[in-house]
Order: sequence, then C-alpha cells, then structure tokens
Amino acid sequence: MLILIGRRLAAAIPSVIGVVVVTFVLTRALPGDPAAYFAGPNADAKAIAEIRTALGLDRSLAEQFLRYVGDLLRGDLGQSLSTGRPVLVELASRLPASLELTLLGLVISLSIALPLGILAATRPNSWVDHLCRVIVTLGVSMPTFFTGLVLVYVFYFLLGWSPAPLGRLDAFFSSPPDVTGLYLVDSLLARDGETFLAAAAQLILPAATLAIFTLAPLARMTRASMLAVLSADFIRTARASGLSAATVVFVYAFRNAMLPVVTTLGMVFSFLLGANVLVEKVFAWPGIGSYAIEALIAADYAPIQGFVLTMALLYVVLNLTIDLLYGIIDPRLEGAA
Amino acid sequence: MRVHENTSVWRNGMVAAALGLVLIAAAGDALAQGRKDTLLVLVESGPNNLDIQGVGTSFRSYVASWNTHDRLVSFGTKTLADGTLSYDYTKIVGELAERYEFAPDGMSVTFHLRRGTTFHDGSPVTARDVKWSFDRAVSVGGFPTFQMSAGSLTKPEQFEVVDDYTFKVKFLLKDKLTLPDMAVPVAAIYNSELAKKHATAQDPWALDWLKTNVAAGGAFKLEKWTPGQETVYTRFDEWKNGPLPAVKRVILREVPSAGNRRALMEKGDADISIDLPPKDAAEITASGKYRIVGVPVENSLLYVGFAVKQPPFDNVKVRQALAYAIPYEAIMKTAVYGRGVPMFGGPADGPKTAAWPQPFPYTTDIAKAKALLAEAGFPNGFESTVSIDLGDATVSEPAAVLLQESLAQAGVRTTINKVPGANWRGALAKKDLPIHIASFGGWLNFPDYWFYWGYHSQNGTFNTMGYQNPEMDKFIDAARYEDDAEKYDGAVKGFIRMAMTEVPRVPLYQQFMDVGFQKNISGYKYWFHRQLDFRQLVKN
Amino acid sequence: MTETLRHVRHVLTENPVTLLAAGLFVFFVLAAVLGPALAPYDPFASDAARALQPPSLRHWFGTDALGRDIFSRVLVATRLDMTIAISSVILAFAFGTLAGLAAGFMGGATDQAIGRLVDTIMAFPLFVLAMGIVAALGNTVTNIVLATAIINFPLYVRVARAETAQRKSAGFIEAARLSGDGEAAILFGQLLPNILPIMMVQASLTMGYAILNAAGLSFIGLGVRPPTPEWGIMVAEGAGLMISGEWWVALFPGLVLMLAVFCFNLLGDALRDIVDPRRRS
Repeated sequence: MLILIGRRLAAAIPSVIGVVVVTFVLTRALPGDPAAYFAGPNADAKAIAEIRTALGLDRSLAEQFLRYVGDLLRGDLGQSLSTGRPVLVELASRLPASLELTLLGLVISLSIALPLGILAATRPNSWVDHLCRVIVTLGVSMPTFFTGLVLVYVFYFLLGWSPAPLGRLDAFFSSPPDVTGLYLVDSLLARDGETFLAAAAQLILPAATLAIFTLAPLARMTRASMLAVLSADFIRTARASGLSAATVVFVYAFRNAMLPVVTTLGMVFSFLLGANVLVEKVFAWPGIGSYAIEALIAADYAPIQGFVLTMALLYVVLNLTIDLLYGIIDPRLEGAA
Repeated sequence: MRVHENTSVWRNGMVAAALGLVLIAAAGDALAQGRKDTLLVLVESGPNNLDIQGVGTSFRSYVASWNTHDRLVSFGTKTLADGTLSYDYTKIVGELAERYEFAPDGMSVTFHLRRGTTFHDGSPVTARDVKWSFDRAVSVGGFPTFQMSAGSLTKPEQFEVVDDYTFKVKFLLKDKLTLPDMAVPVAAIYNSELAKKHATAQDPWALDWLKTNVAAGGAFKLEKWTPGQETVYTRFDEWKNGPLPAVKRVILREVPSAGNRRALMEKGDADISIDLPPKDAAEITASGKYRIVGVPVENSLLYVGFAVKQPPFDNVKVRQALAYAIPYEAIMKTAVYGRGVPMFGGPADGPKTAAWPQPFPYTTDIAKAKALLAEAGFPNGFESTVSIDLGDATVSEPAAVLLQESLAQAGVRTTINKVPGANWRGALAKKDLPIHIASFGGWLNFPDYWFYWGYHSQNGTFNTMGYQNPEMDKFIDAARYEDDAEKYDGAVKGFIRMAMTEVPRVPLYQQFMDVGFQKNISGYKYWFHRQLDFRQLVKN
Repeated sequence: MTETLRHVRHVLTENPVTLLAAGLFVFFVLAAVLGPALAPYDPFASDAARALQPPSLRHWFGTDALGRDIFSRVLVATRLDMTIAISSVILAFAFGTLAGLAAGFMGGATDQAIGRLVDTIMAFPLFVLAMGIVAALGNTVTNIVLATAIINFPLYVRVARAETAQRKSAGFIEAARLSGDGEAAILFGQLLPNILPIMMVQASLTMGYAILNAAGLSFIGLGVRPPTPEWGIMVAEGAGLMISGEWWVALFPGLVLMLAVFCFNLLGDALRDIVDPRRRS
C-alpha cells in the first residue's frame, strides 16, 4: 500500500512541475501590467517603474521563475496585489467554502443520480429509461450560470422560499468557530443550531445548481455500469438461484458497478472545483473559484499561480485516493493502477 | 422489478426535500431581529486596502477611510433642486479643526483643533498626529502624493506644529485649491502614536500594518473586514467632531451580480444599494418600489476620445466629423436610460458661461460627418477600433455597439476592443487607443482642475488622447492661479471654446451617481468622492 | 452497407429520443448553413425605439436591450456556435486520437511522455485553463477554439489509449501481423478504424461541452466580442435582465443553447448504441 502511494506520488511530480511552469508562463503572458495596476490610477511612468522594481518584475523571466520556485519550496505563495494579503492565507480561508459547496452538491447529485441510474438500468429502453436520460441530459445542457440565475429568480425572487444569495451566511449571522472551515460541520460541532440552519439555507441553491449539472455524468455512468454488470453471467446465476430482484440489484450488481462510478465521481469532483467559478460568481460565494476569476481579470499573478497549484495538488491527492479506493472495492485491481 | 422497490427511493427523496424546505423556513425567522439597528449596504466590490494612502488602494476602498477617519476640514451642505442633500464645495467647514484663519499675507493658514477629541483607542488627538498624517501623505508617493500636490501641498516643511492644538500650513504659492484639498479623503488624520508602534525601519509609515488595520478617530470604527465579502463598521460613540450619527452599525456586503443586488433590494432584504446600473435606476424610479437618488457627478464626463497623435485623428476635421457621427440620443436612451445630463447639442457659437461640464455644439448629423470626412481627404471613410473598459461594460458596451453602427453609416468601419479592467489604465496610459470611451471626474470642482488633468500638455493620465497644444495650456495656466473673477471666467471660456473646436475628445454626458434606498432610509448626502457617508444616514 | 443502414434505422426507431436528437441535429445543421439567409431581420441592426420588447408576432423572440431582433440573432448565432464546437472537437479529436493511438500502441517512453502531457493538462482546473489561454492570447474565435480544443484533448487521448491498449493484443491484430502487415499499416489500417466509432461517441459528447465552454467564457467577458451574435454572450447579456422581468432576452438563447447541447449529448448516446457491440446482440 505504501509503495503504491509512494509510486503514485512520484509519478505525479512531473505533472505538478509542468503545471507550475505552464501557469507561470501563462500568467506572464496575460495582457496587463500589474505594476501599473498596483501603482494606482494617477501614477506616472516613474512611479510605475519604481513599483515594478519593488515587485521584482523588471528582472528576466528566468530569474523571476527561479525566485518563484524558491519561494514555493519555502511555502510562500506570494502576495495578492488586489487584496494585499498572502495568497496562502487567502486560499486557506476560501478553500473550505468551495469544498463545502462542491461536496454538498455532489451529495445531492448522487442522491438523485444513483437511484435514477439504477432505475434506468433495471428498465432499459422503457419510457422510464428515456425519461431519466432526458432529465439528466437537460440538466447538463444548461450553462451553470444560467441555471443558477433561474433558480435564484424562481426560488428567491418569485417564491421567496430561499434566502438572499449573499454568500455563505446572511449578514446578521457570524461564522461558527473555525475547526474545519465547513460551516455545516463547524456549527454542529459548536452545537449552534441557528447558524447551521442559516448556513444550510444559503447552501441549498448553489449546491442544487451544481447538482443539476453533475447529474448526467453520474447517472449515465451508473446506468451504463449497472447495465454492463446486470448482463453479466454471475447476475444471471444469482437471478436463476432465486434471489429477489432487490438483492440482485443492490447487493450484487450495485457493488460491482460502483467502480466506474467512483472514478466518475472523482473526475466530476475535480472538474467541479475548477468549474464552479461561474456558480460562485452568481451566488457571491467566497470560494477559490471566484478568487481565481478576480485574480485573472486583474492580471494578479500570485493568486492565479497559487490557485492552479492548489488545484493540481488536490487533483493528485484525489487520484491517489481513487486508486486506493479501487483497491478496496475491487481487490483484483490493487496495485494494478 | 416490482414497483415498490422504487417507491421507497422516491419516498425517501420526498421526505428529504420536505425537510430541506422546513430548514429554510426556520432559518428565515431568526434573521428578523438585529435588523433594526444596522444598515445593510450592497456594493459590487469592497476595499482591497483600509489605508487610502496605501499602495494600490482601489477606488472602492475609499469608503472605509472616509468613514473611519476624520479630516481637518470638510465641506458644508447644500440642497439640490430635487431635495437631495449634497456637499457644498464653496463652503469649507471645520471637522477636526474647530476654526481656522488665514495669515494677513495670505501665505499660510492656522487651524485650531477641537480639544478633548480622542482616537478610537482613547488617546487624545493632537497637532502632532495631523503633522504626521500630512507628512505621510506627501511622502508615500503614488496617488496620495499626487492628490496633495493638486493643492500645492508638497513638502513636509509646509506643515508646522505650533502647539498641541494648533497646526499651521504654509503655502508655497497662493492656490485656491489648497484649502479644499485638505478636505479630500486623502488628507485623513491618523493616530500617529498607534501607527508608529507598527512602523519598521523599512516601513516608517506603517503602510503594511495599516493595510489591514485602522488607526483613526472618525465617526465609525472598523469592526470586521473580510476581504471579498464584507466590511462591518460600528459607531464610535465618543466622536466629537460633528453630530453623533444616528446609525449604530453598518455592514457593507459585496454582491458582484447586479441582478442579485436588485433582487435583494426589491425584496427588502437590504437597505441601500450603491453602484446601480442605469437601467435599474430608471426602472425603479418609474416603479417606485424603493427610492432612487440620482445626482449628476460634479466635474465629471463620459466621453469619446481620439488618439490625436495617430493619423487620421491628428486631423481636426476628422475629429469633428466623428463628433457629428456619434448617435447621442440613441446612447442616452438605450445605454444610459436617461441617467445622465446630455453634453451635446449646445449653442453653436461657443460657451456662454464658465460652467463645466457643459454641452458641446455637436449633434448627430451623418451628412455633415461625411462632408467633413471628404474635406479631410477620406471620402470613403477609413477603418479603426473602438476600445472600451470591460470593467465598465454595462454602459460602455451598448454605447460602443451603437457608436460602431453610427460610424459605419458615415463610412468609418470599426471593430470593438474590450479591454479587461486591470489593463484599462495601462492601455489608456499609452495614449494610443484610436477611439476610446472613457470617463474622468475631478474631486475638486473647478474647470481648470479638470482641464489640467485632462487637456494640459503635461500629459497626465487623464489626458487619454495625448493632446498637447501650447495655446490650450496658456488658457489653463492662466486660469489656474487667477484671483480676479472676470479674468478667470475669460480664461475658462477660452479653454472650453478651444476644447469644442479642437475636439480631441467628444463629451457624451455627465453621469449620474445612482443610489437605491428603502423608503425608511433618509439623510443621504452626495459627496464628490462618490462614497457613502454613514454619518448623515437615518433608518426609521 | 445496407446492414449498417438497417441497423441505424433500427436504432433510430427503437428509441424515440434518439429520433428526436437526430431531428434536432438536422435542424441545427440547416440553421447553421441557411441561418443568415433566413433571418427576418439584420442581427446587427439596433433600434433604440424598440428595445426590450416582449415576444410578439413581429419579433418572435422579442428584442434585446439595443432593439435587435433576438430570433434573428439566435438563428445567425447557430453558425458561429456550431463552428466553434465542431472546430475545437475536430482539433482535439485529431490530435488526441493520434496521440492516444501512439501511446497505447507503442507504449514505453512514448506512452510515458504523452501520459505526462495529458496529466499536466488535466491537473489544471480546466475551465480556468481555458480562461487563462483566452485571456493571455486575446478573445478571438480562433483562441476560443484553441483553448477549448486544448482542454478537451486529454479526454480523447485517454479513451484512444485505453481502447488501443485493449485491442493491441487482440486476435485480429495478431492475424494482421502474421499476414505481413507492417506496424504502421496495423496502426492506421486496423486499429484506427476499429477505435474510430468509440472516438466518435466521445466527439459527440464533447461537442456539447465546447459550446458550454464558449458560453461560460462569454459570461465572464472573455468570449466573442460584441456585437457578434453568439448564444453564450446573449445569455450573459440577458442574465442581468431577468430580475427586471425581461426574461426573453436570456431564455431563448439559453433554450436553444440547451437544445443544441442536449441534441449532441443524445446523439452521443445514439452513436454509442450503434457502435457498442454489446447492444448489437
């Protein structure tokens, strides 16, 4: 097991290095002069030049890169120009927001996609199957920002059921004491029921937006995987042996079909962490996605580099976890990845 | 598969959904209290630095400085035609200073500070704090130093501590802008003892610490700042430099989506909304759901500028032709929704008054535009680019599209170039955007102030056209330090007339600053810096 | 050939949804090709007096903030969006399939190198990578296509590689080798045609993502430039208007956008039905 982990980590290093290099080059290619931005609207050429030197931007790209890597190895992700705070601090404070949203979105998505997928797989080509397919495909066909806006319009504006899309908590609540950064968990740990409800209420619409979008890959994969498994010989044997349909589906078929679903789940999760920038923008969610967008538009190097690096590392950890899960779910595959 | 295996799944789903709705409803009740003493203000984005004299402090940060710091003096109040309160740039009143007097030779002014005032931490405010703050403003460089220099405040030697409560400013020359310049947000008074505790050898002005902390004595204290989310202010109950504000607590919440801000206001979930897009302002005014206050921003213009050093824009006939090809009415209606004072269609024979801004004599006349282009040697028009600031796209994008269409009718074919907000300043600074839509507003309400930054050949950032004309400079320089009212008016009319005929930039309109209020909020006072001043607000 | 045709017809008729998708696809292709000719109004002609009118007999989809006819714009936008989708898919498909083939067939160092490249791209949050590329290179249609192609490239490589690796040691490959075919001939003559159907399924599925990607980029302002009609930018323009009641500005482009993505996704399913041997039995 440890050897597996070690091997995977070692294999991931080249891609992380690749990410660091590409991001560095890409951010330097962004049109926009951070020195001019930083110096402010009324600065003249001299002031801008001074700022440029202070930021170290007048040195050659190679030298800037080496300094950047040096800082990285010391755990210094640099400072954001637009907020003036260390990138590491900002990422650490904003990551839980995105994680909580993504996790809840996935939970909601799974709770709908799995039953739908199983349902569709057990009645292939029936109208139920087609309906399921249509529903999930519709969900994935809408741009997330559009879905989010429609949900806000209907549930907040027209019906008044949902609270205002103001971020993680309504203005009049303060956040629970910070343990994990996930408000739902932290408020429960602090036994603060009111804050829990408030946080949950704010989470529902954006999580639903994400869930609608991720229904399709999860439901489809469940359906496809279940179909494949259900047509396998051992299922036929189980049915022939007189086991009930429920046992066949849930005890035998589902567990065997889970593997591709887990893979898909992992892919969807990592996709979401980057893709929920749009949802975060619509719901004013203080996550890393909106952080990255603001930094990109402001040509603020350090946060962009920090964000991408964090995502890359998360991705590595995620893949590793999935590989380990593979081994647990299907012993045949242990060590084979 | 029997049916009931599925129904259990569906049933569980229904129960979960119902539970979810119950949760939402329960949370809503808890929010009702706590609302009464607090103002919830919605903004598009918030501060990036609590120190207005800091490096790279954004425009959106000024609200923090204005409300948490005092200044030596401030502007009085006047009432506009529609009943809105506004600052009065002709009346300078004391804030930290109780009174002030000019020296007999007119080369200095002495301020007498109010006694018994304290900073937020309880320490007394003295003239030494004022000197430290002013020294800082003229020494840190960048925007604050620029702004101070606009009022001829440039050297620490000008600032003298006479005694604990007496502060003297010596003038280098007589400048009508010196006193007003001490009422602008940049001239904030800092708690120098507290700040000095956090200064270092490399950072003698404590720029680093003051990025995220406030050392001041203004009417409001900073309770909490979560960058990117919200800023919370609480009233400083010992504030003595004016009547104690009615509001105890103010929350500035950042909501990037204009649609969400509008929804929140319409449902009554927020009290005030700054940064209203013109369409929303126009519609809400019409529907009356909540109140919109729209004040024309003084000394400010939205305009179409030309890169006058590049052909064909170096030819004045081309510029005039384009001035006739702009679809003014369409832009006012469709992009601005009437939320602006038109700056076109003025008297054809030049300025009648020394007011600024005032309408230029151009209207939409495609035939005239074509004729002028032909005279200039472009009977078949030419190709070019219209550049706009992506960060301001709500108005500039539709305006650009309309402009593009209209110019095409006159034979000028253009593509639209959207420049991301971060790069806009840099792009403007290069002065090579052939046709660009931009705006500039000056804090100090004098035409020569605007022209100095916008037309003078010293070629400052706001002279986005790169226009350099010694004849124009003569008028501007004459007006800048002119004491005699008649001579001043003459010089002002002179440079305005030149701006009209030379037309390196074509004014479109003077923007409104639109702010939305729930009906139970009153006391709003419009300020030149376009920030919300909490001190006058009342929530009934 | 007739066998295939008969099978195709069987697939189309057995599944009404597939028929629907096929119909939609034909409709979109027609709209893309004939759109500009059929549009009732000039999609660029603004008319300030008629701004923001709700759907009527005159303007089927209503007018937008500048008074332009939304139906005409949506129709004309079909060509641009389809072009973006198809171009980026073709690019990613071509390069991805070749890379995957090479990696799966040759293994060893080639496999490692290509694998590293793919891993690097996939380690990025893909949408942010697309944003970064367009922001750095400028928002032209070419760059949008390029960025979309780049972020879809890894998917093709992975599928192609997996399928190639699976078939590498299959019987028919052995047979070809024994009958004297060279490696290149096996690669392009046997393997490529064999994995092509599965790759086409992928292509169809990612077509939808390509359109959504362009829409997302437009939402942040990194999409096509105004006044170009493109579904995504029209939804972005209309999004802010929904709250003030002008629902049609965002809804119609959004619906058409959704239908197009929907159609491609379903087509992907249909293709998979045609292609998947398991279903054939």
